[in-house]
Amino acid sequence: MSVQNINVALIGNPNTGKTSVFNQLTGLNQQVGNYPGITVEKKIGFCKLPNNVKANILDLPGTYSLNASSMDESVVIELLLNKNDKLYPDVAVVVTDVENLKRNLLIYTQIKDLEIPTILVINMSDRMERKGISLDIPYLENKLKTKIALVSSRKGLGIEELKELIVSYKNITHEPCLNASVIDPEYFEKLRKAFPNQLMYKLWLVITQDVNFLNLDRNEIRSTFTKSHSELKRLQQKETIKRYQFINDVLKEGLKVDASMAKDIRAKIDRVLTHKVFGYVIFFAILFLIFQSIFSWSTIPMDFIDSTFASLSSWVAAELPSGILTDLLSQGIIPGIGGVIIFIPQIAFLFLFISILEESGYMSRVVFLMDKIMRKFGLSGKSVVPLISGTACAIPAIMATRNIENWKERLITILVTPFTTCSARLPVYAIIISLVVPSKRVFGFLNVQGLTLMALYVLGFFTAILSAYILNKVLKFESKTYFVVEMPSYKMPLFKNVGINVVEKTKAFIVGAGKIILAISVILWFLASYGPGKEFNEAETIVKERFANTTLDETQFENEVNSQKLENSYIGLMGRAIEPAIQPLGYDWKIGIALISSFAAREVFVGTLATIYSVGDTDNESTIKSKMQAEVRPDTGKKVFDFATGISLLLFYAFAMQCASTLAITKKETNSWKWPAMQLIFMSGLAYFTALIAYQLLK
Amino acid sequence: MQNTIHTLKKGEKAIIKDFDIELIPLKLLEMGCLPGSLVELLQVAPFGDPLYLDINGSHVAIRIETAREIEVELIQNNL
Repeated sequence: MSVQNINVALIGNPNTGKTSVFNQLTGLNQQVGNYPGITVEKKIGFCKLPNNVKANILDLPGTYSLNASSMDESVVIELLLNKNDKLYPDVAVVVTDVENLKRNLLIYTQIKDLEIPTILVINMSDRMERKGISLDIPYLENKLKTKIALVSSRKGLGIEELKELIVSYKNITHEPCLNASVIDPEYFEKLRKAFPNQLMYKLWLVITQDVNFLNLDRNEIRSTFTKSHSELKRLQQKETIKRYQFINDVLKEGLKVDASMAKDIRAKIDRVLTHKVFGYVIFFAILFLIFQSIFSWSTIPMDFIDSTFASLSSWVAAELPSGILTDLLSQGIIPGIGGVIIFIPQIAFLFLFISILEESGYMSRVVFLMDKIMRKFGLSGKSVVPLISGTACAIPAIMATRNIENWKERLITILVTPFTTCSARLPVYAIIISLVVPSKRVFGFLNVQGLTLMALYVLGFFTAILSAYILNKVLKFESKTYFVVEMPSYKMPLFKNVGINVVEKTKAFIVGAGKIILAISVILWFLASYGPGKEFNEAETIVKERFANTTLDETQFENEVNSQKLENSYIGLMGRAIEPAIQPLGYDWKIGIALISSFAAREVFVGTLATIYSVGDTDNESTIKSKMQAEVRPDTGKKVFDFATGISLLLFYAFAMQCASTLAITKKETNSWKWPAMQLIFMSGLAYFTALIAYQLLK
Repeated sequence: MQNTIHTLKKGEKAIIKDFDIELIPLKLLEMGCLPGSLVELLQVAPFGDPLYLDINGSHVAIRIETAREIEVELIQNNL
């Protein structure tokens, strides 16, 4: 018997445990990618089913209905409307939550209208008893014209039964469970006559939605069958009411709730978590705990990674035959990779906390709590999530703005999120603080270095809020202010879900950032190791001539040659070209190189300095920090990294828009070059001037 | 004065009567906010906005400006 491949699409409302079902079906056997051209996450998993059937399971973004109001939802519709898509499902699995069955069934009835065989999963069945819910499954199967799998993805119950149903999907009828065209019979009759071969509901979706529909010329249907916007919306409302009527009728018989059994602790928890005093106290306590643990818990693995890579570098340099390849490896690639790996502990911790907050249902309460305050600054309560996750990385944070319905609030959130201190700034801050801020304690317990770091986080956050306030006043366009946020019931976060989420997100970040950093390290190494003209190529002779009257020992001579070479290498020439612009900020040309390369990604800063200082350095053993500490200005003989330069650099990195990936994501999410350009100019301008003022005042 | 969701007090229940469809996001309708649905005001956020509602079994929070547009009829609480 040959292996048969089928496509399964998982569809459902947010908060129904759809992803848990997906994880149960596929385990770690998943691939996360993006839909072409957009940044919606695409998750595909593989699952072996009985009877030699293999299933490609596609976890579609959570959506309340097939009326697309966001990019995530458009993905669902476009897939379901396009039979030629290679992921077009053979069978759809709609996941619902037994406690919210009524609402969750809305999208089910819509999928049924597309005449795709559909299996209904009623999830969280383990809660039925506690909530006093009983279901008449045969009755529901009959009325909804499907097969039902009663599942508890939390406890892993019912998954095998679901697999059996998926295998025998051909037994499920294509028949819709209600006739939605009764909302305007005349109109739909005309449609049917004009397009006899098309599904009514498909046409209706094409007319009402802004989706790319490949098989039909939408202009043709639109021109003949268009209605005014409000007429269409009225019809959509009628459609929704019609569907709810049907669902209510079905559930009246099929679902019984014994109210006396339903003890809801949700109300009690809500009262505390959204309390006007305790709510905020708890929220800030949680934030404090998160940052505290990120900084104290991550130091141990980070120090370990740092020293491992330093010794790996020197080991490679010592053991491999010397030559260009060994140099590239020990001075370019290994420090470059180390610069990425070192982020893993912090990023993993951040994603861990964020995913626990989201899984438990707490994040929605924070949104509820903060909305009024955030709105004063032109933001939405929903902006809190991006602003918090922005401390990990602005890229997922900007993607998390998608559920903000109001365009202006969303745009402002996207524009200001990069001000929050992302983890890429952390290594820059860490090394500069350790160089220029004394490791003293005030009041006996507060470490000044730690306080400086905290001050930088606060600075980032307040700059974000303040810029939002200004943008809110400056940007003159009105958009309808919609705000609907579902308050899901509280759940213990599932270890498996949180774990998979942390692994996937961390992996995506490391691979994404890693590629850039690796490439830049190699390019930098190359640019620093070669140069044009005789200033570089005849460095030995030039140094010999220059020191003709003094005697140098061998090391001194070598160091002079190396610095002569570096200064005249390609990168040295570039650095010295921009030196006039950055000198007023207190930077020399080596820092200038680090600044330039930081515009690809900030975290490159330390790696760049490491590469620049390592090239030609015979002593690989010493850490980057001690090399930076030893740097002196050739003209004055003073340390390069003194207090004024350090503060100026910290401010520059706090404000500057130095992340090509963030600009790219802003372009994608706003669909215009205007906004990322504005981000780049505004943020970097602010960075330049604050750094300038700080240096001039402190020097 | 016409009652709207905005005029409800915490813990009060009402039946949704009518609203101008242009002013209500479709998403809210999809979550069950339709004429005839039961609505209960569960919580009011600090500073008085947004409102945390149970509409037809769905737990959602909306802002006052939306709540103001949804006319309701109060259910007299006899308890």
